[in-house]
Amino acid sequence: MDNPALVLAAILVLAAGTFALRVAGPLMRSRFELSDRVQQLLSTAAVVLLAALVATAALTAGHTHAGIARPVGVLVGGVLAWRRAPFVLVVVAAAATAAGLRLLGVP
Amino acid sequence: MRSTWRTLDPGLARDIALVCLADGVVGLSYGAISVGGGLDLWVPIAMSLLVFAGASQFLFVGIVAAGGSPIAATVAGLLVNSRHVAFGLAVSDVIGHGWRRALGSHVMTDENVAFALGQDELRHRRAAYWVCGIGIFVCWNAGVVVGALAGSVITDTDAFGLDAAFPAVLLALVLPSLKDKATRTAALAGSVVALAVTPFLPAGLPVLLALVGLLFYRPARTLEPA
Repeated sequence: MDNPALVLAAILVLAAGTFALRVAGPLMRSRFELSDRVQQLLSTAAVVLLAALVATAALTAGHTHAGIARPVGVLVGGVLAWRRAPFVLVVVAAAATAAGLRLLGVP
Repeated sequence: MRSTWRTLDPGLARDIALVCLADGVVGLSYGAISVGGGLDLWVPIAMSLLVFAGASQFLFVGIVAAGGSPIAATVAGLLVNSRHVAFGLAVSDVIGHGWRRALGSHVMTDENVAFALGQDELRHRRAAYWVCGIGIFVCWNAGVVVGALAGSVITDTDAFGLDAAFPAVLLALVLPSLKDKATRTAALAGSVVALAVTPFLPAGLPVLLALVGLLFYRPARTLEPA
């Protein structure tokens, strides 16, 4: 790291920008009264983003695929969640499956 | 805030605690990776307090530690964090006004938004959002400080399968919303779009493009004309 001042400036810009992105939603919503339909659409938008986050985080790493252990772990967790298993079990089973597969040499 | 604690059901509190703990472990690895990559101690600590957004922090440190431009790292980080605009629109009613708006926005994460969306009543949504947000903030920052000081204790959280635990956490939290057919169709279409463009686009953009899935959103009970 050869230029601490530049790094600090970059961090401050990222911090301010990230805060602006986070507060933009609540600020916009306080200006307008929204119909139930639009509110429903906004909730759905958040669910769509979270689902896409799940898909990309489970299946991809950078610009390529994430191997086998991670998607299988997420799948095991997903099936348990679908079968209404306790949340703790879902999380631990997903992690243990991926870790176990890697221990066996599965990428 | 005292009433917020009382509102929280013990089972939900335990689930939130587990997520906070897991985030703390990822924080450990973030601190260790940053310092191990040659960055000064203050960099991961300042970022975790001020930026407080894991994915963008890992990306930033990855780019800067590899000798990339801090400006490029900032742009990449902002792109990854742009999804928070949509989250903020969805959860503004649980955040509130005045100082609550500033603090509540700063502790916005994928996890506490997902927890909040999973609750039916407003007071439960509010409790889940705030307790999870503040809990993750504390655990994440504590983890980062310890990890940065300890150096190379845990740099590879993949060995513990934590990389699989996080998508599983979010999946478990959005699953109830996906029972609705229209939402499920939109989420599936969006996920396919995100996956299809991931090989070609910079981090953050694929997830944002998933909003295209909303074109397939046809809620069942539309009484008034569009």
